[in-house]
Amino acid sequence: MNKGRFGEFGGQYIPETLMDALQELEEAYNHYKDDSEFRTELNALLHDYAGRPSHLYYAKNLTKQIGGAEVYLKREDLNHTGSHKINNVLGQTLLAKYMGKTRIIAETGAGQHGVAAATAAALLGLDCEVFMGKEDTERQALNVYRMRLLGAKVHPVTSGTMTLKDAVNETMREWTRRVSNTNYVLGSVMGPHPFPMMVRDFQKVIGVEIREQLCRVEGRLPDAVVACVGGGSNAIGTFYDFIGDEKVRLVGCEAAGKGLDTDQHAATITCGSVGIFHGMKSIFCQDEFGQIAPVHSISAGLDYPGIGPEHAWLYETGRAEYVPVTDDEAVEAFERMSRTEGIIPAIESAHAVAHTIKLAKEMGKGKIIVVCLSGRGDKDVAAIARYKGENINE
Amino acid sequence: MNRIQDAFKNKKAFIAYLMAGDPNLADSAKHILTAQEAGADLIEIGIPFSDPIAEGEVIQASSARAISAGTRLDGVFEMVASIKEQMRIPMVFMTYLNPVFVYGYDRFFAKCAEVGICGVIIPDLPFEEQGEAKVAAERHQIEIVTLVAPTSEKRVIQIAQSAEGFIYLVSSMGVTGVRNEITTDLSAIVSEIRKYTDIPIAIGFGIGVPKQVEYYSAIADGVIVGSAIVRIIGEHGKNAKQAVYEYIQSMKQGLVL
Repeated sequence: MNKGRFGEFGGQYIPETLMDALQELEEAYNHYKDDSEFRTELNALLHDYAGRPSHLYYAKNLTKQIGGAEVYLKREDLNHTGSHKINNVLGQTLLAKYMGKTRIIAETGAGQHGVAAATAAALLGLDCEVFMGKEDTERQALNVYRMRLLGAKVHPVTSGTMTLKDAVNETMREWTRRVSNTNYVLGSVMGPHPFPMMVRDFQKVIGVEIREQLCRVEGRLPDAVVACVGGGSNAIGTFYDFIGDEKVRLVGCEAAGKGLDTDQHAATITCGSVGIFHGMKSIFCQDEFGQIAPVHSISAGLDYPGIGPEHAWLYETGRAEYVPVTDDEAVEAFERMSRTEGIIPAIESAHAVAHTIKLAKEMGKGKIIVVCLSGRGDKDVAAIARYKGENINE
Repeated sequence: MNRIQDAFKNKKAFIAYLMAGDPNLADSAKHILTAQEAGADLIEIGIPFSDPIAEGEVIQASSARAISAGTRLDGVFEMVASIKEQMRIPMVFMTYLNPVFVYGYDRFFAKCAEVGICGVIIPDLPFEEQGEAKVAAERHQIEIVTLVAPTSEKRVIQIAQSAEGFIYLVSSMGVTGVRNEITTDLSAIVSEIRKYTDIPIAIGFGIGVPKQVEYYSAIADGVIVGSAIVRIIGEHGKNAKQAVYEYIQSMKQGLVL
């Protein structure tokens, strides 16, 4: 069994043309992660540029309205570029620069990772090309323009289902063409080793800060932390620091789309099975012959048929729980958070909010839940209006 | 059963790839027999996969057509079994790992042996991850063909030392598909591999015209042609027989003897 494993999950199932690039990346990461110059520069970027630490906000109105557990919001939506994606992207893009690369490529679903990658590349002086499913370029047109504004080239991907998984395929194909001057800046805790480990390391700041901030105001750990899961980067970032604290429930919310009784969902853990795809052994939505299933979610960021290998392992060992949340439930939470707290969450994050509302009732008073608000919802406003039957000009 | 080594015995090998199920399985069976008739020394049969990450546009499109036509793994096995008795040359599968893993390694390789497949090429299964699959493959005497890329460099030694069947030398970086120019110094890589193994080396990716066949078969023990054949089948569909025959025959004439 090769390195990069979480139990049986993970690994490096990738074409030979990329193996050398992955080994180079792993060696560079292992070298620079403890390099004081690299750490100092990255920490300065996270603090001065991205705006870390992000706030931990007590959602007083929502808590009162629910009448159960106290709800805190980890405000990753307030980061520069509007989501948690910047944490990872600054790390990987800085690493690319230290490695002497002149160009980064990235996949994106909702466009949050693409925007973050384009931003980091602009800041650090690297070329950037982003691959995005054609369907996603249409439902997230604003983010496409945003990336172009930042100097990135956006390639609409027309193969397969024209969504996130196809964008990953195309970015991997592009990487095989130009490994020498290019790093693939992967957006989630998925893909071949070292990505799941490296992206998790860059995102774990979320949970580390939650611990410190909550201890300061409440003097204790949360009873549960909740996050949405596509590939799973904001969730692993939220969970990781609490894995050893067995009393803290780790709850991931996956996209149940139009319902688990339809074939239009992306509820990987609830409905999927073990497979090997996109470089990793993990859990995937697939058919009995191992063909990857087309999936659906209202949220482009959760519209992915797999999940990061560390999540598969957290699920298998019972340490974390994963629940499905439908499009309807997410939209309702999107609206409710907007009205009660004056915060418009990303539709991805709204999945976590929807389940937090249920969980707060269940767990009851005296308990504390922290939900990761992984991104802001400006990008989703037009799509939600359409979902509600209203056509607004973006 | 025909073995991979037969294809290289006292000669250079012309290896033809086509996608099972494009345009349908019955025609794929006919095209395999046609390729044999036209002089192919080994047939690589692609198993269609939803997300073929190592393929260029031509084979991606072929894979999608095969899946739309209803091609399933059990059907591919049946198709191969139906021509087993007529095949005088070895056949291998080219497949992504997930269909093999989900079918079950042991069950998959047992079925391969049963229908007359003697090897598999799995582009997303690098040397380091072969352990699990290899145990099952060996049990059924199926050889796992490993790829070497222009960037394999320090990994060539370990890949070569445990290689079986033949070594699939990727001509250039990128995905499958015909290219006008290949700039990799393949002779140097072949010499490097030769230090560690006598197993045949076949060059693939980007080869589409007889001149390239001539050039690469002088360097290595065989050449692999995929996208060009798949494109012909894509253009002619059910009526591809004559065009496939003529193309393979013309390419085969490029082989250095």
